[in-house]
This record gives sequence, C-alpha cells and structure tokens, in this order.
Amino acid sequence: MGQPLIDLRNITKSFDGTMVLDDLNLSVKENTFVTLLGPSGCGKTTTLRIIGGFERPGKGQVIFDGQDITNLPPNKRQLNTVFQKYALFNHMSIAENIAFGLKIKNKPKPYIQDKIKYALKLVNLDGFENRSVSSLSGGQQQRIAIARAIVNEPRVLLLDEPLGALDLKLRQDMQYELIRLKNELGITFIYVTHDQEEALTMSDTIVVMNQGYIQQMGSPENIYNEPENAFVADFIGESNIVPGIMLRDELVDIFGAKFACVDKGFGINKPVDVVIRPEDIDLVSPDQGSIAGVVTHLIFKGVHYEMEVMTPDGFEWLVHSTDMFPVGQNVGIHVDPFDIQIMNKPASEDEEAVGINE
Amino acid sequence: MNKKLLSGPYLMWMIGFIIIPLALIVLYGVTDRSGSFTLANIISITTEEHAKALWLSLLLSFVSTALCLILAYPLAMILRSRGIGQGSFIVFIFILPMWMNFLLRTLAWQTLLERNGVINGVLSTLRLPSLNLINTPGAIILGMVYNFLPFMVLPIYNVLMKIDDNVVNAARDLGANSFQVLIRILLPLSIPGVVSGITMVFVPALTTFVISNLLGGSKILLIGNVIEQEFTKGSNWNLGSGLSLVLMVFILISMALIAKYDKNGEGTAF
Repeated sequence: MGQPLIDLRNITKSFDGTMVLDDLNLSVKENTFVTLLGPSGCGKTTTLRIIGGFERPGKGQVIFDGQDITNLPPNKRQLNTVFQKYALFNHMSIAENIAFGLKIKNKPKPYIQDKIKYALKLVNLDGFENRSVSSLSGGQQQRIAIARAIVNEPRVLLLDEPLGALDLKLRQDMQYELIRLKNELGITFIYVTHDQEEALTMSDTIVVMNQGYIQQMGSPENIYNEPENAFVADFIGESNIVPGIMLRDELVDIFGAKFACVDKGFGINKPVDVVIRPEDIDLVSPDQGSIAGVVTHLIFKGVHYEMEVMTPDGFEWLVHSTDMFPVGQNVGIHVDPFDIQIMNKPASEDEEAVGINE
Repeated sequence: MNKKLLSGPYLMWMIGFIIIPLALIVLYGVTDRSGSFTLANIISITTEEHAKALWLSLLLSFVSTALCLILAYPLAMILRSRGIGQGSFIVFIFILPMWMNFLLRTLAWQTLLERNGVINGVLSTLRLPSLNLINTPGAIILGMVYNFLPFMVLPIYNVLMKIDDNVVNAARDLGANSFQVLIRILLPLSIPGVVSGITMVFVPALTTFVISNLLGGSKILLIGNVIEQEFTKGSNWNLGSGLSLVLMVFILISMALIAKYDKNGEGTAF
C-alpha cells in the first residue's frame, strides 16, 4: 500500500507523427490485477510496451518502485512480459524455454531444475519438460509462456492479449487460471485486452482507453454500472444511450416522459446523456410503463431474448429479458430509478472526438 | 490415376536429364577407352597433380565460403534491423549484379586485376609499385566471394526476417543482452539459412572452372579445370568422369557434415 508500484507520468508517444498516447498518467498498486481495455489502436499495447521497456516514451517518466526506469532496457527491468503469440523459443525444449531467464542470470542448476518443476506444476503441465514447442497446443504454449515469465519472480507480469489466439472455451478456462495464478503468486498483473468480458471477469481495476486517452478507471462494477461517458457505456457491454433533460435532482425527462432516477447535482433543465442497460428495462403493459412502444425485433439468445422496442419518437430501445414479447405487440417501458445512469454531455467537440469511433 | 498423369512429365524429365546422364558418367567413370571395366580413372585422383588440384579446390572453396559467411551474416542482421521496406531495397541493390552475366562479371575482375589492368594502372599513375594480383589463389577467392556472396546473403536474410520480433523481445525481457540474444536466439534460429547458404556457395565454388580459368590463369589448376580439360582438350571422357565421381563423393561428404548441424533439415537437399 502507500506509494504505487508503477507510476506513469505524463507519458506521450507518437509514431510517424501520429499521437498514440497523449499525456497519460496511470498508477498501479502492488498486488492488483489491472486491465487496460480498449479498441485496437487505443494505445493500450503501446502503454504496456513502454512499461516493458520495448518502446521509449516521447515525453514523460516511468517510475517503478520509486525509481525512474524510463531509459532502462527491458533486460534490466524487474518485470516480465507474456506476448500475444507466445513468442516461445522453437529451437529449445520446454524446460530450456522456462530455464532461459534463470540461465542468463547464472542461477545454480539444482535451483533451475526446482523452478522448472514448480512452474510447470503451477500451469498444470507437469512432466512436459522434454516436449518440443511445436508439439503443444495454443493453450499449452501460452501456459509455457507464462511459466517462462514467472520463474524469474517478477514483481509485475505484463500480459499482452495472451488469450487472443485461443478459442472461446479455452479462453474462459484460462481466465480462471490467470486469476488463480495471480492469487497464488501475489504479484501485480497488468493485462491488455480488447475483450470487455475478459476485463470484467479478471480485473481488480479496469482502465478503459480510447485514442490515447484514459476514459475511465475503476472497479469492474463501477465501470459497468457507472460509465462516465458514452464511449465507456457503449464499449463495456450493450447499452441504450439516449438524450435527456435533467429536470431537477432525481428526475430526468426522456423523449417527453419523466423517469425517476438517483443522480443529483446536474442542475435544473440541463441536457444530459442517459445510459440504460438492456437488461435493466422491464417490459410491461402499455398503460403501466413510462413510455409506450411496439416490439420490432425478436431474437432468441439462449439465456435471454433480445428485443427492440420502437417508441413514437423513433428511438429503438434494446431490451434483454427472459420474458418473450412477440413482434408487433404494444408494450410499456419501465426502468427502476437506480438502473438509470446520467452522464454529462460532452463539453466540447474535442471531447466528442474521444467518444465512440468504432 | 490423375496423380500419375501429373507426375509423368517430371518423371520423364528426371529419367532423361538426371538419371541417364548420371548413369553415363558412372559408366564412363568405371570403364577405359576400350569399354572394359577399370578403377584406374577413379584411382588417378591419387596422382600428385590431381590430388593437388582437389586439395586446392577444397581449400579455396572452404576459404571463400567462410569469407562469404563472415560478410553475409552481419549484413543480413543489418537488413533485418532495417525492417521490410528498406531491407528489401538493399537486398535488391545487392542482387542487382546477379542479373548481369556471370562470365562478364568475372571478366571485369580480370580487367581490374591484370598486370596492366585498371588497379595497376591507378597505382602506376600514383607512382606506386605495381602488384601481382591476377593468377593468384587470392584472385580466385575474390572472384568466388564476389560471385557467390548473394547466395549466402539471401537465405540467411530470409530466415532472419522470419524470426518474430517478439521472440527477440521475449529474450530481452528475460534478461538477455544484445550479445546473448545473438548467440542464444538469432544464431540457432538462423542455422537453416546458414546451412543452405553454405551449400549454395561451397558446391559451385568447389566445381567451378570458369573463375579459376579467368582469374587463376593456367598456373593454378583446380579440380574443375582438370575435369574440364579432360573433356575438352584431352578428350579423355573416362578420366574426366572418374574424377567427377570422386568430386561428387567429396560434395556428399561435406553436405553430410553440414546436415549434422541442421536438425530440421530445412536448409539442405537431404
């Protein structure tokens, strides 16, 4: 606790004149699972590579445990990286791969042997010492890449979309594996992904990035339930983002209908953006809802039905519900006050540019 | 059935242009002019003149191959660090001379190195003593390196370019400095390219007679020249074939030695 383990200060980076990171500040505490989440090109991988030492920032400092490591090469840093496509050494056996970092540091042989055994056990691949890299599946290769990194006892493990190349089932299994690993090792994980579900499942802290800026930083619950702007709301899960007018504290007007909410302090008659998650909309009979509409689409999704409800103003509301309403049926829309999230409208066009661009 | 039809032309090619000529060489090699069986052609490698030529050939091609490797590897490394765009342009410049006739390039060296050639001309205008450049083993090595260097650069460059940057990054990440990255990662991963480079330089260097003819004069005889002379001036096809067979055995032995270092067999013909 106390001072952060990693502190990025005013990091700016551009490639060929294109700004990738603009004055980025980020603090990471010891023993947390931090995820950098964002669409491709948002600067998340560049941030990771700057922490790892593979890129130098144009401006700014990288502070590690109170020391400036901005200009330190990767081999002098107390952190290890797990790369997207594993980057294993194909000309070595599994044991040699794992031993690589320890041999470089001239550790004694018995120590290395113990470490290899321990690491393989940790990633559930006991007895794989003498296998060749090419005989392993993608998931197994990724586990070896993790084992190769953690035997060096880094204080921080950097993971660059490590599950990106795996299929869905394996990806989910590996998510639990990673959480378990992090808890067993008690070290800091900094994880880069564009998969919001992965981020929500594993992280203590999520950093949502877009176009070189941090959009929001917080716990998964906080990010999901209280998105600070339209980009975050849209990127993390599905959502209805509708224009509204804050009539007064705890009351918002959407398309002429009044909705009770729990947000305060926006002022009186202030235009705002309103975020309502599809699963938070209750469909009721037309006279009971706040707004009436008609069902225009219906898709069965397994766990729930996905429906679209058109209201007289022309907006199509995305609704997830376990109850089915057939296309053409008149329904009413009801939303509980605490399910409504009010956001300020973007203050300027500049801020808007940081918004939804996918 | 379809497959057989498709392989037909290749089969005929192999029989007509590879198997039959090879069989003829073997036949000539183990017979004398009257057609009766003899090992004299092959044993003649042990005569002083032939053994000397073979030894010199092996020595010169070994030195040329080593020089090509020493020159090509750093160049390929530089090209790798330049990235695809700039790298391939430099490679293009590098192989540009290969588009010119091989004989012409070697003749150009002859003109440069001759007793009254360009280099000695420059030296004499500078009032410096003239050098004895042509008709030396050094001149032959120069010709070999100049002509065969691209064959060493290209395979090494190709194999180096195929190594994922993140493999290098991973090694650095695990604590390796630049030298350790080279020794433990890049060198072992580029062995297939090095092996095919060595094969593509050593074999033509060992069998060449053009380079030694033009730059070695009549004084320095390589095994290639001996064989060529038996076929042309000497009209002793039997002796020429016998010596060719011996040369083939030496090439096979060298390739087998090299292949031992190429576990995956990506670089050689085996």
